[in-house]
Amino acid sequence: MKIQVAGENALILYFAQSVSDEVSQNIQDMTMALQTFVGDLLIDLVPSYASLMVIFNPLRCDHLKVRQLIRQASTKRVNDQACVKGSVITLPAYYGLEAAPDLQDLAKNAGLSIRQVIEIHTAMEYRVYAIGFAPGFAYLGEVDARIAAPRLATPRKKVPKGAVAIADRQTAVYPAQSPGGWNLIGLCPQDMFNPNAKPSMPVQVGDKVKFESISRDEFLSLGGQLSGQVNEPLIEMKQTGDACAT
Amino acid sequence: MQLEILSPGILSLIQDAGRFGQHGIGLTSGGPMDPVAFKWANRLLNNDQHATAIETTVGGIKLKSHGTTRVAITGANVSVKINGQICKQWQSLNLALGDVLELGYATSGCRIYLAVSGGFKLQKQFCSNSTVVREGVGGLNGSALAAGDKLDCHALISQNDPHQLLAEKFQPTYGDAVTLRVIPGYQQAHFSALEQNRFFQSEFKVSELCDRMGYRLSGPTVACDIDGILSEGICLGAIQVPKDGQPIILMNDRQTIGGYPKLGSVLSLDLARLAQLTSGGRVRFEAITIDDAHNLLALAQHKSEQTQTEEKV
Repeated sequence: MKIQVAGENALILYFAQSVSDEVSQNIQDMTMALQTFVGDLLIDLVPSYASLMVIFNPLRCDHLKVRQLIRQASTKRVNDQACVKGSVITLPAYYGLEAAPDLQDLAKNAGLSIRQVIEIHTAMEYRVYAIGFAPGFAYLGEVDARIAAPRLATPRKKVPKGAVAIADRQTAVYPAQSPGGWNLIGLCPQDMFNPNAKPSMPVQVGDKVKFESISRDEFLSLGGQLSGQVNEPLIEMKQTGDACAT
Repeated sequence: MQLEILSPGILSLIQDAGRFGQHGIGLTSGGPMDPVAFKWANRLLNNDQHATAIETTVGGIKLKSHGTTRVAITGANVSVKINGQICKQWQSLNLALGDVLELGYATSGCRIYLAVSGGFKLQKQFCSNSTVVREGVGGLNGSALAAGDKLDCHALISQNDPHQLLAEKFQPTYGDAVTLRVIPGYQQAHFSALEQNRFFQSEFKVSELCDRMGYRLSGPTVACDIDGILSEGICLGAIQVPKDGQPIILMNDRQTIGGYPKLGSVLSLDLARLAQLTSGGRVRFEAITIDDAHNLLALAQHKSEQTQTEEKV
C-alpha cells in the first residue's frame, strides 16, 4: 500500500495498480476500520477501484496522525478476519429493444445474438467497486470480456433514469436522468437513489449485484416507465434539426 | 417567523457548513464557496458560525420579512437596501414586519452571504441543509431558491441589543487576481519538471466555465505523461488536468470520484478567494508543503478567533 498526499486535508491510499476482488475487499476492510474515526478526526472516506481517499480535519490532527491511524487500521485488519461480507442484491432489468438503444449494435459488434448478450450480462455476479459520479451511481465489474464495449464516441445529452449500461468491462444503472456515454442495454425499474428512503440506495461498495431479466409487463408493474424513452431521441433530433435549419 | 423570497436574483442557495460523511453514497460536500465571508455573516448575529444561511451569486436577491428579525450581509461588495434605504454590509441589520430587503449586483467579488438571526430552520437531508442542485439534495426541496419560497427562521426576542459590525480593516477585499497556494500530490510525479515549472510560473485566466462544481482555467498547456487513471477520490481544491492541458480546480459541488490526472490541491483559504473571482480573473500558483498548509490553517483559525466584531455606537 502506498500513501500519497492529496490535499491539505486528504491522503490517498493506493492498494494496487489494477482492479481485483481481493484489492476491493482490502479497501472495503480498511474503509470499515477507519469508519470509527469519521465525525471526529476524520471527515469522510472515498473508497474507489484501487484506492481509498481519507479526508481528515486538519484543525484536529495532522497528516502524520492520520498515517498512524492508517497503520493501526492495517494491523487491526490482519488480526480481525471477521470482516463483514457484502450482500448479494438482485436488480431486475428489462432488456427489450425499446428500452435498450445500444443493445442491437453491441450484439452485432460482439458477434452474438441479443439473447446471448442478455444471458452473459445476467449470468455474472458483479462487485460494487465504487460509488460516485452521481449519488447512487455504482460502478459494477467486471463484465464478461465478450460483451465489453467502448464508450460511445459522442456521449448522449440525456440518459434515462434506470438505464442499464456497459462501458468497457464496467456496468451500471443510471440513478437519475443525466448525460452519459455508456452503451444502454436495458432499463431497471428499481430506484438506485432516493434521498427520502432509508437506506437511500440499495447497494454499497463491496456488495455483489446480479441482474435478472424481466418482461415488459413485469417492468411496468414494478413501476418502470417507458414513456419518453422512445420519443426522447425524436424530440432531440427535431430540436437539433431546428437549430441547424439554416 | 418567515422570510419570503420575492426574487431569487441570479442564483441563491441555502448553505450550511456542508455535507460530510456521505461520499460513500456519491454525495458531494457542498457548503459555502467562500467560508470566510459565510462565517462572518453568522458571527455578526452571534449565531453558530456554521448556521444555515443563503449564498447568493452575483446578487439581485429580494426578500420580504414576515416578522421581526436581524440579518447580516457579507462577501462580495453589493448595494443593500431596506425599504429603499441604503444600508451597510458586514454589520447586523434589523428587519421589521413587512420590510423589504434588496441586494444590487456585485461590484467586486461574486459570492454574497445573507445570514439571519438564529439561522434558517429547515429539515436536514443527509445531515446537512446545503443545497446541491445537481443532486437534488438540501435546501427547501433540493433546488435553488425561487420567488414565493418562504424560509422559516427563529423569531427574534429583542431587537434592542447593540448591533455588531466587523471593522473595515478586517473585511476582506476582492480583486481580480489571486495566487493560489498548492499542496502538490496525487499524480504529481506524472507531470515532468518542465511541465510543473510551466504550471507554477504562468498566469492563467478563469474561463467562462466556472461554477460551484469547478473552475476551468485557460492558459498555457500543461501536459501529463498519462491520459487517465483508475477513478479515485477527488478532494476539495484538487487540480485536475484533462488531456487538453487546461487545469480545472474542483470546488464544493465537485464529483466525488474521477479519472483525470491531478497535480495536487489548492489550500482552502485560497479557494475562498478563487470563489470570489468570475471569468477573466487572473490566477497564479505557488507550491507549499502539507506542513506549511497545516500551519497556515492553524494560524488563520487563531487570527479568526482573535478578531472580534465591534458594537456599533
